[in-house]
Amino acid sequence: MMAFLKLLARNRLALAGLIVIWIVVFLALITPLLPLADPDVTDTPNRFKAPFSEGAVLGTDHLGRDLLSRLMWGTRLSLAMGVAAAIIAATLGSAIGIIAGYFGGRTDNIIMRGVDMLMAFPYILLALAIVAALGPGLMNALFAVAAVNVPFFARNIRGITVGVAHKEFVDAVRLAGMRDSEIILREVLPNVLPVIVIGMSTTVGWMILETAGLSFLGLGSQPPQADLGSMLGEARSALITNPHTSIVPGAMILIIVMGINLLGDGVRDALDPRLKSGALSRPMPATEVDRRETTRAQTDSLLDIAGLQTEFRVRNRVYKAVGGVDLHVEKGECLGIIGESGSGKSVTALSVMGLVASPPGVITGGAVHFDGDDIIGAKYEVLRSLRGRRVAYIFQDPLATLHPLYKIGDQLIEAIQTHETISKSAARSRAIDLLKSVRIPNAENRIDSYPHEMSGGMRQRVGIAMALANDPDVIIADEPTTALDVTVQAQILSVLNDLRRERGLAILFITHDFGVVGQLCDRVAVMYAGKIVEEGPTDAVLRNPQHPYTSRLIDCVPTLGGGQRKLAAIPGLPPVVDRLPDGCAFADRCDKVQMECRSGAIDLAATAPARKTRCLFPENTQEASA
Amino acid sequence: MTGYILKRLVSAIPVLLGISVIVFLIMAMIPGDPATAILGSYATPENVEKLNRDLGLDQGLVPRYFIWLGNMMQGDFGRSFALNRPVIDEVLDRFGATLILAGTSFVLCSILGIAAGVVSAARQYGFADKAITFVVLLGISIPSFFLGMMMILLFAVRLKWFPVSGMWPIYGDRNFWVLLDHLAMPAIALSVVATGVIARLARSAMLEVLRQDFIRTARAKGVRESRVIWRHALRAAMVSIIPILGIQAGFVLSGAVYIEMVFQWPGVGRMLVDAILKRDILLVQGGVVFIAACYVMFNIMVDVAQALLDPRIKT
Ligand code: SF4
Repeated sequence: MMAFLKLLARNRLALAGLIVIWIVVFLALITPLLPLADPDVTDTPNRFKAPFSEGAVLGTDHLGRDLLSRLMWGTRLSLAMGVAAAIIAATLGSAIGIIAGYFGGRTDNIIMRGVDMLMAFPYILLALAIVAALGPGLMNALFAVAAVNVPFFARNIRGITVGVAHKEFVDAVRLAGMRDSEIILREVLPNVLPVIVIGMSTTVGWMILETAGLSFLGLGSQPPQADLGSMLGEARSALITNPHTSIVPGAMILIIVMGINLLGDGVRDALDPRLKSGALSRPMPATEVDRRETTRAQTDSLLDIAGLQTEFRVRNRVYKAVGGVDLHVEKGECLGIIGESGSGKSVTALSVMGLVASPPGVITGGAVHFDGDDIIGAKYEVLRSLRGRRVAYIFQDPLATLHPLYKIGDQLIEAIQTHETISKSAARSRAIDLLKSVRIPNAENRIDSYPHEMSGGMRQRVGIAMALANDPDVIIADEPTTALDVTVQAQILSVLNDLRRERGLAILFITHDFGVVGQLCDRVAVMYAGKIVEEGPTDAVLRNPQHPYTSRLIDCVPTLGGGQRKLAAIPGLPPVVDRLPDGCAFADRCDKVQMECRSGAIDLAATAPARKTRCLFPENTQEASA
Repeated sequence: MTGYILKRLVSAIPVLLGISVIVFLIMAMIPGDPATAILGSYATPENVEKLNRDLGLDQGLVPRYFIWLGNMMQGDFGRSFALNRPVIDEVLDRFGATLILAGTSFVLCSILGIAAGVVSAARQYGFADKAITFVVLLGISIPSFFLGMMMILLFAVRLKWFPVSGMWPIYGDRNFWVLLDHLAMPAIALSVVATGVIARLARSAMLEVLRQDFIRTARAKGVRESRVIWRHALRAAMVSIIPILGIQAGFVLSGAVYIEMVFQWPGVGRMLVDAILKRDILLVQGGVVFIAACYVMFNIMVDVAQALLDPRIKT
């Protein structure tokens, strides 16, 4: 509760709303004590006095009645009507909802059908019908507004009750012989009460507006008594000659409703946990770049990543996901990046084309040279023209990564037309060829399918076809086979391998599975806690892993037909990347750890030709050099 | 698709029956002898007896309901004694005006609301987002009837851009431009609140969608950002925006009652309020059932639109 109030206080607008409402409510409460003129005494000679005239701060209305006094009494009445309507609606609605939710079955069915019917009306029609039957008048309008809002409460409270009524403790007390009415009062009601209160506070502004509306139409409070709505309604005929009689009550309604809305928004934000974590912010078109200096390329490879640093800034915490990674991929080469989830391998891959979600992601250092140019911090248009055309991505779960509402053909055609001016029919036949090239049977028909109509393996073939659409130089595949079962996985890998041979593609292949690396990659880099811990030719690394972490990962590979991967084979978890230890990040999980391991940063040192390891006590070095 | 539409139409039948029962029950709450209440000042003994015979008012609730329902099925919604003409004729005459007003407002609030929500989401926390959020807050807080009156003061009385009220001038031609001139203010006043609500929900729907993986895929393909936003993201967000549009249509229809009063628009809403004040009960009863039925039909159209948009819905 305190945290909630604090959150509310931090939201200045909500606080302003709260203060406005307090003032209005306070004034309404003390109205009878104030030295105001009698709101109902007419004084026709003094009608339509302008505001700020003598004896009438806000002027007088068409019957010479003091507007300030009428405004105060009207506000009082409007607030009272709104609150009363909210209470009636909440009480009736909740009672219905609890009964339906608690007893379930037939009772529930019949009640909820009725509620649905009521909700099928535009709400005002229902209110009008009720007022028509009962006749215009304050109480009848109040009843009509309350009745119209009953379904809202009934439906919401029923939902909560259903959840509560089937909890174990309720079953327990029922077995203990407690009567239904007692269970409802003692167990169910306390649980749904907060929801009822929140529902009331969010609808009370609405009810004030509604009762004022009916009064405005002449169906609510009857003269001489007036709420804000009927004041406005009566002033309407003098709108053009004496606008102040309309503006005074209208502005008051506006102030009240605005105050309630501000407060309501604040409450909603405070209650919605997604807003707190910042997860509801949308990623920008390209990752934010905030680096002090540029880094030169270390090789003249097609793709050269040098000293790359990417971090996530969530509120005032910083998670260093990638802490200075150097990698390079040659034309026609396949480089595997392997590591557990959270090792920073995917973030490294996404950083290349600025696809790390931002906020919260920021690239804070290093460079990515593609074909000689640094593309970190390049203009968005430069980046965009490279994306898909020269550097293409394949993502993990194609059900989530393909647009669910477009046919796969249209998505392929779009990929082609984005970078090439070509007619739709030409693009379509290219798309069919692409589907054939990833061995999708019956491509001419499949092209008109939606993603949800295909199997996981077929969808991932579409993902690959889309990456190939513009004949890119580099494909970055971010765990493309993880969501697939083993046989389908093998098929996809063989498709990728053939394509690489045929087209001279460079592939950056991200995975957590050494088995997959072994089938496809020429070289492999092992990542741990945002850094590369070992790098070398796949065969050599697989045969003679030098870093203890690498050997552990290799041990996780299932033997063929050996069933599930034993991911738990490495004891412990990777360190949290906002609190990296000083020395070796793997120290806490390493069984060869020594004092020196924890005392300072460890370099990625060359241990053999084309091999590097970030470990003070590497394994298998003799065999490697032998 | 035809099968789906038929299925939805069939499923509307119980809803329509339910609506008629609810209206009937509400009207049965009228205190006193129904025939006398309906006839009001025309309640001569002969009239009362004739009405009792026609509508079965001297019988129990159940036969009364079925007589009423049977009459409605044949297009007979009763007779307005104050206007001395069949209810259905009056309702149909007035319904056109409401349809023009509410329809225009609905189109306005859908387009403006969605556009504002999309821009707001795409520029989250930027200037446009803050400005839109503020205007939206103002828009959803101002009662439409008050807004209408202020618009009359400013745009009709002060600036003389638009006529003060009415649908047609008392003298002169009735053509499209004249109608547009009269329609502009009420349609805008009516659409403001719904625009605000739609903008808010469209914004959060867009924010939700923009975080999805398929948006990253579109960006990875090199698709232009404008296309990412207005095609990829909006298309997906529409799935959750369309039901909101259906609900807001009900609010626009409701708000039309106030706006018709403020702008003297000759629609069903004003007819209903006048009828209530004159205690013209059969006119209210017929009008309410008719409009509620139209709204049910409109919601079926919304469902069909949803099914057309989202291939994952089984049709
Ligand atoms: S540096 Fe030390 S702790 Fe780290 S992996 Fe090597 S042996 Fe283990």
